[in-house]
Amino acid sequence: MSALEYNGGAIVAMAGKNCVAIAADKRLGVQLMTVSMDFQKIFQATDKSFIGLPGLATDVQTLSELFRFKTNMYKLREEREIEPRTLAHMVSSTLYERRFSYYFAEPVIAGLDKNNQPFICSMDLIGCINFAKDFVVSGTSSRSLYGMCESLWEPDLEPEDLFETISQSLLNAVDRDCLAGWGAVVHVITPERVITRHLKTRMD
Amino acid sequence: MSDRYSFSLTTFSPTGKLVQIEYALNAVAQGVTSIGIKATNGVVIATEKKTASPLIDDSSLEKVANVCPNIGIVYSGMGPDFRVLLSRARKAAQKYKRVYNEYPPTNILVKEVASVMQEFTQRGGVRPFGVSLLIAGYDDNTGPALYQVDPSGSYWAWKASAIGKNMVNAKTFLEKRYNEEMELEDAVHTSILTLKEGFEGQMTENSIEIGIIGG
Repeated sequence: MSALEYNGGAIVAMAGKNCVAIAADKRLGVQLMTVSMDFQKIFQATDKSFIGLPGLATDVQTLSELFRFKTNMYKLREEREIEPRTLAHMVSSTLYERRFSYYFAEPVIAGLDKNNQPFICSMDLIGCINFAKDFVVSGTSSRSLYGMCESLWEPDLEPEDLFETISQSLLNAVDRDCLAGWGAVVHVITPERVITRHLKTRMD
Repeated sequence: MSDRYSFSLTTFSPTGKLVQIEYALNAVAQGVTSIGIKATNGVVIATEKKTASPLIDDSSLEKVANVCPNIGIVYSGMGPDFRVLLSRARKAAQKYKRVYNEYPPTNILVKEVASVMQEFTQRGGVRPFGVSLLIAGYDDNTGPALYQVDPSGSYWAWKASAIGKNMVNAKTFLEKRYNEEMELEDAVHTSILTLKEGFEGQMTENSIEIGIIGG
């Protein structure tokens, strides 16, 4: 039994033309038993950036609160919102602080920077950042997600097309994973607004 | 033995002053003049490099110092106290970079340094720093910035300022010469002129130090 597989969950983020999208399933399980179908794994860090946290649920919640604290303090001190790239390094430093008693979560960050340029990245549980231009995946369905994204993603997708692409990537990946699924949520971030949609999925 | 020194030197006087800070400001007022000018595309800081003897190797003396690539610092007052604060400022900048992978914006670094100086007006067993600092920096969000930090730990931003012996005359001179559209080249020129006003002795390229942020 691995701590990263105990509760189950999958997250994916993609970059499009002047937009990014981040999506997650909604399952919370205790090994084989599903306990909740609306467990939040994506948290809003600033107006234009989100952090997705798959992994052990207790660490998902603890880290989301910790990052809320850190981003709030940053905003009060610096009198501006944190940029996605800076947020990524802050998350990485936080995880590495626990290098030998690590948090069981492998975050995904997606957002638009101050010039509305798309930014996505993922990292491992001790904070090694993977800066990607196309897509990043994390969670129990990560292998299937890699396959789906690699096939479906193409550059410069408009927000509506990016939504379809990321949704299909997530759905078809979690459908092959018994520990992820039971509902999904997708956030599409554009310079003007954030659109959140809940997907109708197989509930098994 | 140690509990004899646990009280603070900066205890309030009946008038509500902290006399140690007043005296620290006197130490600053005796120090060599330093200038800072903010331009549209950068900041200039400058100071006299006044050595006690012509035998001193003045190339080894660094009064205008680098804190990190986007922030510079100069002082008026006691050199050794400045070195301590410089060391703290540099360490604070690197600590910030370790977390965020970028150097701190000027106002954040200034808050850190000011916080150290304030601590030394309240903690037991220490005395305030005998320096005023001019911290100049440039960051992408706020552009060029110039701050003064005093021994009390209070800080504020300037468009142009002077500290040290000749500060009153220098500030009067700057009030006439400064304008908001000033560019870096003009600011450098003006800072040299301002230093020249109160200069004791010969001003050569070895007897002044200039720091330029931006450009």
